[in-house]
Amino acid sequence: MPYIPHTPRDQERMMRAIGIGAVDELFRDVPESLRLRKQLDLPEPLSEMELVAELNEIANANRGVDHYTSFLGAGAYDHFVPSAVNHLVSRSEFYTAYTPYQAEISQGILQAIYEFQTMVCILTGMDVANASMYDGATAAAEAAVMSLNASGRKRVLVSQFVNPEYRSVISTYLSGGLATVDELACPGGVTGIDQLRAMLDDSVASVIVQYPNFAGIVEDLEALAGECQRVGAALIVIADPISLGLLKSPGALGADIVVGEGQSMGNPLHFGGPYLGFMGARVKYLRYLPGRISGATTDGEGNRGFVLTLQAREQHIRRERAYSNICTNQSLNALAATIYLSLMGKTGLRRVAELCLNKSHYLAGRLCEIDGVSMAYEAPFFKEFVVRLPMPAEEVVNKLRTHRILAGVPMGRYYSGMENLLLICVTEKRTKEDMDEFVQRLGAIL
Amino acid sequence: MSNIPEELRYAETHEWVKVDGKRALVGISDHAQEELGDVVALYLPDVGKQVSKGDKLAEIDSMKTSDVIYAPVSGTVVEVNSAVDETPEIVNEDPYGKGWLVVIEMSSPGEVDDLMTAAQYAEVAKGDS
Amino acid sequence: MSRSTEPLIFELSSPGRLGVDLPRCDVPSVDPGKAIGQNLVSSTGPDLPELSEIDVIRHFTRLSKRNIGVDTSFYPLGSCTMKYNPKVNEDLASLPGFASVHPLQPADDAQGTLRLLYELEQFLVEIGGMDAASLQPAAGAQGEMTGLMLIRAYHMANGDSARRKILVPDSSHGTNPASAALTGFEVVEVMSNDRGGVDLEDLKRLTDETVAGLMLTNPNTLGLFDENIEEIVKIVHNAGGLAYYDGANMNAILGICRPGDMGFDVMHFNLHKTFSTPHGGGGPGSGPVAVKKHLTRFLPKPRVRKDSDGRYYLDNDCPDSIGKVRSFCGNVGVCIKAYCYIRQMGAAGLTEVSKNAVLNANYLLSRLKGTYDLPYDRTCMHEFVLSAENLKSSGVKARDVAKRLLDYGVHPPTVYFPLIVHEALMVEPTETETIETLDAFADAMIAIARESESDKEKVLGAPHETVVGRLDEVLAARKPDLRWKPRAGAAAE
Repeated sequence: MPYIPHTPRDQERMMRAIGIGAVDELFRDVPESLRLRKQLDLPEPLSEMELVAELNEIANANRGVDHYTSFLGAGAYDHFVPSAVNHLVSRSEFYTAYTPYQAEISQGILQAIYEFQTMVCILTGMDVANASMYDGATAAAEAAVMSLNASGRKRVLVSQFVNPEYRSVISTYLSGGLATVDELACPGGVTGIDQLRAMLDDSVASVIVQYPNFAGIVEDLEALAGECQRVGAALIVIADPISLGLLKSPGALGADIVVGEGQSMGNPLHFGGPYLGFMGARVKYLRYLPGRISGATTDGEGNRGFVLTLQAREQHIRRERAYSNICTNQSLNALAATIYLSLMGKTGLRRVAELCLNKSHYLAGRLCEIDGVSMAYEAPFFKEFVVRLPMPAEEVVNKLRTHRILAGVPMGRYYSGMENLLLICVTEKRTKEDMDEFVQRLGAIL
Repeated sequence: MSNIPEELRYAETHEWVKVDGKRALVGISDHAQEELGDVVALYLPDVGKQVSKGDKLAEIDSMKTSDVIYAPVSGTVVEVNSAVDETPEIVNEDPYGKGWLVVIEMSSPGEVDDLMTAAQYAEVAKGDS
Repeated sequence: MSRSTEPLIFELSSPGRLGVDLPRCDVPSVDPGKAIGQNLVSSTGPDLPELSEIDVIRHFTRLSKRNIGVDTSFYPLGSCTMKYNPKVNEDLASLPGFASVHPLQPADDAQGTLRLLYELEQFLVEIGGMDAASLQPAAGAQGEMTGLMLIRAYHMANGDSARRKILVPDSSHGTNPASAALTGFEVVEVMSNDRGGVDLEDLKRLTDETVAGLMLTNPNTLGLFDENIEEIVKIVHNAGGLAYYDGANMNAILGICRPGDMGFDVMHFNLHKTFSTPHGGGGPGSGPVAVKKHLTRFLPKPRVRKDSDGRYYLDNDCPDSIGKVRSFCGNVGVCIKAYCYIRQMGAAGLTEVSKNAVLNANYLLSRLKGTYDLPYDRTCMHEFVLSAENLKSSGVKARDVAKRLLDYGVHPPTVYFPLIVHEALMVEPTETETIETLDAFADAMIAIARESESDKEKVLGAPHETVVGRLDEVLAARKPDLRWKPRAGAAAE
């Protein structure tokens, strides 16, 4: 039996020590009526060799982005991952460890988390950060919950151009009567400040916007923050960490809580997971932060060390009074992000961001040369943008796929009336050649 | 045996009150801080908050547990001890002095008479430990 | 003694160094200030550390050596099922065919992954004795939250909006009451009886028409199988409530009995416990939920489905669904590893897992029960809870035993949980450990109990052999230092 080391002789010895004649006696507390008297209906076991063959066959039934030229984004991004990332996260001292409850033999993970927290603070301009959340969407939902707990208010406003997956998760999290959620429209592609002003009052715990937003547009956070401050509402910003190589940090522009999806920092696409959410906040939210936090301290001899700290916030101590139920997070993915950011450093991350900016602007310009294609919004964008096509975007996407191009995400899937709009993402991995072919193929279709 | 000053009044939930006219100075008892162990954080109300006797007034976290502090009297919170944010250990070290938590301006000062005397509270504390 | 420190990555930084090799830009450059607006563009870029690749490699390699995992040491951390993580599963989950699929690619491009997710759902349904499953929840706690939302949706659909209470035993995982509160329920604790199970009288007293459901782990957090389980579920059902099974302890009952057959309406699995996927130093996990028929229509969307041509697809047309609890389909990479494990073990193999996990636990229990207090002296399942209360006279507590175990090269048991046992030490050996490993652990535990008499300073001062000594957790909590900051003046460079 794989992975069970006992020989019959071992089992004999153990049973003798326990004082039983058969292993079955150990299950005497399970009522007879509940004992499963059949074998589970599962496929016949495979040897390791057979398993490898079977899984390769299953994997080969997929055709990932490597099979295409991909312009898909919308919350999951095909950024370059340096080889060093995978080598380091494959060290089994990291990946076969549990949550670092025993600090003295978990210094590696705890220090890496502390470094991750610092990097999140640096990128977001926040004072404090946690060890990670499940993904960007749940990080946004937990940020909303945090704003409710800290303010005692009961209402959240969410911009229409917050990723629809995120809006859906936020609604689910708040569905138990924790708060009402209202939507802010995005005329011209950005969160409408007049509507915001009209809806804001002191019942609003937080306003959630995305930076750059779902349409790729860089929102004017400073103006939004000013409105929020007027009524004491928190500005929650969902940020693309790659963009923060170039853009001012949300903290510098007045955000109170910054969350986001960290997948683009060293983690593969993997059909949606495992990814990682990150969360930073101003220090006044410290005691309301969900999840694990690593903190520096010393041992009796004065050596620096790290521990899980502020645990009284968490479910295992607060139980029903806890501000979140999160326990397991996405530690290994956060480690990958930490290693990614260490390799990139100050200039590398900026360089990646510049490549994205240059390339997306090149492609946007070229596409708009095609008759009938135009930018949907005249607003500043980073690596994603929305074009208006003279026909339904779904049709275009389907046709281009036959030419091995994943053209983007049709906005009509999420927003009615946007059937001809296509959301296109350009990362540093797309070459001029890729983009020129896209332009040529699209031109030929239209 | 924990310290239970004679001149204070106590709630069953381990808060103490020191009355000065309509002002009630509130903290937690020496017995309570002993039971909690190392106090690491307090969540105090904002000045101006109205509370009724028995309402949740604040929360307190220690290394091993987290607990609710209840309002021993009704009224308006007019002062909070911000020193406990930076140095929560003063609640352990000096629960009746530097470790005070809030001042409530009482709306019904008569409520104080319903609180326990030191002798009565000593019985409660003894039963608990 | 081998104390040492590792500098922070920021302390290793030197301006101008770069750890990646990025391509030249092959399109015309855009002026960021003009394209986006000067007010939104940073003049420098974030102050991340600057290192060459080799320095990054060495830093994190050294950090890895300051950590232990299942691959380095025995790890009997109760409630966490730290079994061996098969290496082949790591390789297979990272096959490019799996790793390179974008979640918004059309179903035709993801037939392999979708098939695997579909089949894994079926496997879990069979193992749990349920009717349908969703792999979307990212971890056990999120599975609980999802399950409670399903319970609420069920009652609401029946027009039964007065059910606001969730019952949890006093021995439950902290996530149970926290999940219930997060989903807007009132939490009511049920007492345990003197055998460590649910107190039936207390349960009856608390169960009425305001109860939405009961959350239960069985075997419970004491490692004990509640013999009254059928009665417990019946009490809740008779009052119109639903029963939620916390699957954290499934490793005890694979192929032996099933939550669905016990009467549970909804449950979650922890793939990172029962199904061998590594815990990653705190995640990623995966917490699929499985339900009986009457809850199926409320499951998170999208659902993975198979059409009559054998083609797999994601179905978003689920009008009664509670919605999404996480983006996309969940922690797919983790699901692939669990799928591999189930395919390799098969039905007979999974049953052997539980039998040997329970055998290992009872063997260790037999070796330790004379040395430590055993508050509930019964046959245990996959784990058991000792108490270090008997060492208290020497001043040694459960925490000290745990820290001293580090010097013996093993990860300690879970301490101070469950809350109903004083000085608790919760031991879960799992089925993947040899008798020699168990004996070495038992010997260490016995030696520490002796040391507590003969050389208690050694125990109280432990650990001695680790890279740092016992760390000051009170200081960390009172004076939070949660991020590195550049020294004043150093920023000017």
